[in-house]
Amino acid sequence: MKRITVFAHRNVLELLRDPLTIVFGAAFPVVLLLLLTLISRNAPGDVFKIETLTPGIATFGLSFFSLFAGMLVSKDRSTSFLMRLYASPLTSTDFILGYTLPLLPLALVQACLCYAAALALGLPFSAATLRAIVLDLPAALLYIALGLLAGSLLNDKQVGGLCGALLTNVSALCSGAWFPLDLVGKGFRTACYCLPFAHAVDLGRAALSGNYDGFGIHLAVVCGYAAALIVLSVVAFRLKTTERA
Amino acid sequence: MKAIRTTDLCRSFGDVRAVDHLDLSVESGEIFALLGVNGAGKTTTIRILSCLLRPDSGDAELMGHSIVRDPTAVKQIINLSPQETAVARNLSVRENLHLIARIYGCTKNEADMRTNELVNALELHDVASRKAGTLSGGYQRRVSIAMALISKPQILFLDEPTLGLDVLARRALWKFIESLRGGMTIILTTHSMEEAQALSDRIGILAGGRLRACGTAQELMSRTGKDTFEDAFVQLVSEGESA
Repeated sequence: MKRITVFAHRNVLELLRDPLTIVFGAAFPVVLLLLLTLISRNAPGDVFKIETLTPGIATFGLSFFSLFAGMLVSKDRSTSFLMRLYASPLTSTDFILGYTLPLLPLALVQACLCYAAALALGLPFSAATLRAIVLDLPAALLYIALGLLAGSLLNDKQVGGLCGALLTNVSALCSGAWFPLDLVGKGFRTACYCLPFAHAVDLGRAALSGNYDGFGIHLAVVCGYAAALIVLSVVAFRLKTTERA
Repeated sequence: MKAIRTTDLCRSFGDVRAVDHLDLSVESGEIFALLGVNGAGKTTTIRILSCLLRPDSGDAELMGHSIVRDPTAVKQIINLSPQETAVARNLSVRENLHLIARIYGCTKNEADMRTNELVNALELHDVASRKAGTLSGGYQRRVSIAMALISKPQILFLDEPTLGLDVLARRALWKFIESLRGGMTIILTTHSMEEAQALSDRIGILAGGRLRACGTAQELMSRTGKDTFEDAFVQLVSEGESA
């Protein structure tokens, strides 16, 4: 456990010394929330209400954690620094936990900032707000695991393309964070609910509204995807560890 | 005591046999140079011995621990400085050293103490608080070697340690490596005849993944009847390649 903590501490320093983390991790979701709230004043529909928008933005903001995790791993892999660590007593599980653990509190900070901005914009505070923040963690784990898998398999340019562009867009479009998925069609909605992103947004909305219909399914899908992706990333990382030529 | 003993070690990449039935033994406390032309199998051998690559067949024992059956024990007693400089670029020199010491199980106090020792020994005072990524190549190489030493390994692998260094930095590093003699077993790979001669107790010459010759520089020169070590090396490698 000590080795994981030590390695996690190094990753915290790497992340916090990267301006990308500050911009996308803290500022971007808050700015987005402000902009969309301003737009919502002139737009119809429930989705732009602060109560529905905030969980959506909070979840969407977490998609950048795939980028952070993926870039951290792939940049390490591209240098001999990771080769040095491969030859050390660290195990594949130590690596994955060491990369994951520092990102979870950062994700929590991001969710807190997002909800704090929402409170300033009129979201009423209650215990549900805190529940919604805590229930962002499974989604955070999901996105981090996606990033770890990408970082274990791809180089930093590919990770930038996949996690920074493709995943954020897919996540935005397929999560229902901005618009009801029904608006596109039933087939699209069904397809989206085969992925975890819409479930992650619904989880936050359920926690915030107190309407727990389908809560268990949303939680199970998000956690299931996250667990499967973590196992896959450990396997991928182990493969790269032992087969690095 | 044998620090390293390899038995019939083989590793291929596709059709290319990078390490071919390698039998090698290195005494404890020895500085052993692995010399060879590009693609001779030096780096692959180091990677296998440091548990970064699994051999296709064969085994190696490091201080009695098998790299195949007990890589965890092997990893505790070795450290390496890879060919390319291996530092965490956003961490300071001190943070880099501290990180590696702690990963190898040092307490905070031990890590602080060893960091100070190596900052002094490798004259890193002026850059100790600077981010490693901002340092010159020479300094980065010194930091990289300090990171390999901080765990006080029983076996240290130095993969082309002076690659890209100017003559002064190279000489300073030789002097430092020389000061480690006897304290640990050092395996270094190099393209430099001068370096191999200056630093090592014995030299192993690899060609086509096979160990073509092994001995002191003087023994290898006597064996080939050549006046210079470079001529001896060329003859041994040529014989190996035509075999």
